[in-house]
Amino acid sequence: MAVEERDPHSGYLTTGHEWNGIKELNTPVPRPVYVFLLLTALFAVVYWVLMPAWPVGRTYTKGLLGVDQRTAVTSLLRDAAADRAAWTKRIETADFAEIQADPALMQTVRDTGRTLFGDNCAACHGREAQGGRGFPTLTSQSWLWGGDPADIAETIRVGINSSHKDTRTSQMPAFGRDKLLDRQQIEAVIAYVRSLSQATASQGGTAPPIEAGREVFAGNCAPCHGEDAKGIGAGAPDLTDSFWLYGGDADSLYRTLMHGRQGHMPTWEGRLTLADRRILALYLTDMRRSTP
Amino acid sequence: MISQLSPGERRGALVLSCLVGCAGLAMAILGRDDPLGGQGAVVMAFALACAGTVSHGYFTPAPSPASRAAYYDDPTRAGIVLAMIWAVVAMAVGDWVAWLLVAPDLTFDAGWSSFGRLRPVHTSGVIFGFGGNALIATSFYVVQRTSRARLPDQLSPWFVLIGYNLFCVLAATGYLMGITQSKEYAEPEWYADIWLVIVWVTYLLLYLRTLARRKEPHIYVSNWYFLAFILVVAVLHIVNNLAVPVSWGHAKSYSAFSGVQDAMTEWWYGHNAVAFFLTSGFLGMLYYFMPKRAGRPVFSYRLSIISFWGITFMYMWAGSHHLHYTALPQWVQTLGMTFSLMLLVPSWASATNALLTLNGAWHKVRDDATLRFMMTAAVFYGLTTFEGSFMAIRPVNSLSHYTDWTIGHVHAGALGWVALITFGAFYSIVPQLWGRRAMHSARLVEVHYWLAIAGTVVYVISMWNSGIVQGLMWRTYNDSGTLAYSFVDSLVAMHPYYTLRAIGGFMFLAGTAVGAWNIWKTMQAEAPVAALDLVDAPIHPDLQPAE
Ligand code: HEC
Ligand code: HEC
Repeated sequence: MAVEERDPHSGYLTTGHEWNGIKELNTPVPRPVYVFLLLTALFAVVYWVLMPAWPVGRTYTKGLLGVDQRTAVTSLLRDAAADRAAWTKRIETADFAEIQADPALMQTVRDTGRTLFGDNCAACHGREAQGGRGFPTLTSQSWLWGGDPADIAETIRVGINSSHKDTRTSQMPAFGRDKLLDRQQIEAVIAYVRSLSQATASQGGTAPPIEAGREVFAGNCAPCHGEDAKGIGAGAPDLTDSFWLYGGDADSLYRTLMHGRQGHMPTWEGRLTLADRRILALYLTDMRRSTP
Repeated sequence: MISQLSPGERRGALVLSCLVGCAGLAMAILGRDDPLGGQGAVVMAFALACAGTVSHGYFTPAPSPASRAAYYDDPTRAGIVLAMIWAVVAMAVGDWVAWLLVAPDLTFDAGWSSFGRLRPVHTSGVIFGFGGNALIATSFYVVQRTSRARLPDQLSPWFVLIGYNLFCVLAATGYLMGITQSKEYAEPEWYADIWLVIVWVTYLLLYLRTLARRKEPHIYVSNWYFLAFILVVAVLHIVNNLAVPVSWGHAKSYSAFSGVQDAMTEWWYGHNAVAFFLTSGFLGMLYYFMPKRAGRPVFSYRLSIISFWGITFMYMWAGSHHLHYTALPQWVQTLGMTFSLMLLVPSWASATNALLTLNGAWHKVRDDATLRFMMTAAVFYGLTTFEGSFMAIRPVNSLSHYTDWTIGHVHAGALGWVALITFGAFYSIVPQLWGRRAMHSARLVEVHYWLAIAGTVVYVISMWNSGIVQGLMWRTYNDSGTLAYSFVDSLVAMHPYYTLRAIGGFMFLAGTAVGAWNIWKTMQAEAPVAALDLVDAPIHPDLQPAE
């Protein structure tokens, strides 16, 4: 038998049921609940009338406002491109030197280049283009492939050892593995190469191998790295500076000479627009200028 | 445990273990060239452990018929222990992945410890391992008492509980081996999914059979919610996991859906998993344990009805708000958004119903940390549902989507609501189930409460900040019409918040560990108090209800 009782605290009747000691009050639903149910339902109905909402057969109610997210986003993109067209056109067509001479346009290059670089290049080259193991710094004065905006733009376009048909190719031969040099020659040339960047290494008891190394270098390495080992702008790095792609310690150098090196830089043609690539080239040139 | 089973049930348990073991063997053989083979080995080991346990107690004397006159709580006890183990392990993994986002090298260069594999171990571990075991355990407890009926047999509850844990173990070990369906919250592959269907249908039947035996004229609110949870999760799970395996010897399968239909099915599932697993089931818990602990009648039966049907009906439509501004046709998004907004009303009605139930018992909330756990859970439930409806509004979503705000929202719900209500429920029944007067240490319950609250608040606030900063950075343009920040910039900006979040998570984990220890000590305490069953209405009522 359901026995209703009055709850002394709230003054309401219970429903008269009990489940393992739990009772329920028969309190009426508070009015705000109905009000809000009605309000939200009303909002929903109005929204349905205005916006695309209910499916009917193979189509759907389009809504009085005629809003459609696809056309909306397409037109937004079109507007944005039109807004940018004012200066992207100039970036695409003008001479690099002319752009560099225009402070306002260069400001745009800096603003835009930073994000472009961060989103596409920083993963390999570092956030500040400082480089890292296997990835060249893009802020130093010495470039593998030349540091004019035009050279850089070309590097970005075709990549290095990439899938692009015009790719720049870069191949440090595996002198050791392919038996082009014997172990002694390799050790000598390593000593020589190290002496180029580390003033102290050239002194002391190791003088003879350095001299032998100089000869090995002239005979085997100079064609690519240059007589002075400062690179010739065709992919082989400057070996006299303090920046090392793969490490300047004896071990890393040994590995470089033993197994060779072949870095991979993707091609960006087809992934970045012409304007974007030119912005990046200008951005990098500009950044190098401002780094002491 | 085994000594409570009748000889027939023991035989049944042994046969089932052997069958599962054979299935494991088949998986191991057919999948010997595939990760499936490893999973087969896991199944065999699991089945062997079960068979071992059963054989160990196989020849103990049969239980006296009198033992059938009490509620059958062994599976509930085991479920609580399992839930706490999953909680500690999975939250620890969660904090690990949180630190991974701060210091990515913490994978120690192993494949299994990469973020992509550990994250689902955390999510499945807390939702299914902790949450699921808690739901199974408490639903058995509640349905018997509110029906004044014993579970119809003793084998099927064990099958449900142990079988369900096999599913969880398969899921977690599979992720570590690299097995995934790539559907969020539905990562386990076809073989685990099929197994869960068998377990879940047994669960549903068990629940219905118990309700059919009830001695009460009416079905209590908690049982509506538990039933909705069991029934709808079955439907969601089956539909979303329709897939064709590459072969019987491969773990990999391909979904029956593709493209945007797949996305929609997945988020229909995903959002209703939030609705029916993480909301309905736990509301079932709330509706029983809160009034019981507070010693107050439920504020309004009528409000219970409105909220139950409101939640059940409206949640079903809301899933598409996970796909705003995507390839999903806009009209589907409209429906998702509008129903999400309407959903706020029944959600708040539930929270209100819970909080007003405490009228007349607020002094107990102040003094009793267990009740305070439940009160705070109801508050977080209200906050989270408000936030959810808000985030479902398209323009708001355009800021919040894909950001940490979503993570903050989820954890306000998962920590603040789901975990707190569960701890409240556990602390209410653990002493009784193990025959004690109270928890080992009331102080530690209090410590757990404050660690949990502090952890949740730190977590949620850091993720709100991080999410909004992230969302704004992603949409800020400079004068030349280019995005002002690169993605990496936004990551750098996230770093301090990630650290904070990992600290908040650690506090919550520490609280859980304290709770687990307290529960363990309560189980161990000397001298059980007899006749505590008196706190429950007797199973055979003297008077049959007249209605
Ligand atoms: C065929 C042209 C070629 C020859 C010959 C050649 N190199 Fe190279 N070297 C390269 C290129 C190209 C690279 C850059 C490889 C890369 O990064 O992909 C390179 C890289 C290196 C590096 C690594 C620099 C760094 O920053 O880590 C060292 C050291 C080096 N070369 C030394 C030598 C020495 C010593 C010889 C002679 C024994 C030699 N190279 C001969 C083309 C050459
Ligand atoms: C997947 C890694 C990767 C990404 C991404 C990448 N680069 Fe490179 N980049 C390299 C490597 C490696 C080299 C050096 C190749 C070699 O060893 O010869 C290089 C070389 C270069 C060079 C030639 C440097 C010189 O000294 O001549 C330029 C310029 C350059 N990258 C610019 C860019 C820009 C701009 C982007 C973004 C659009 C970019 N890179 C993205 C890996 C990458």
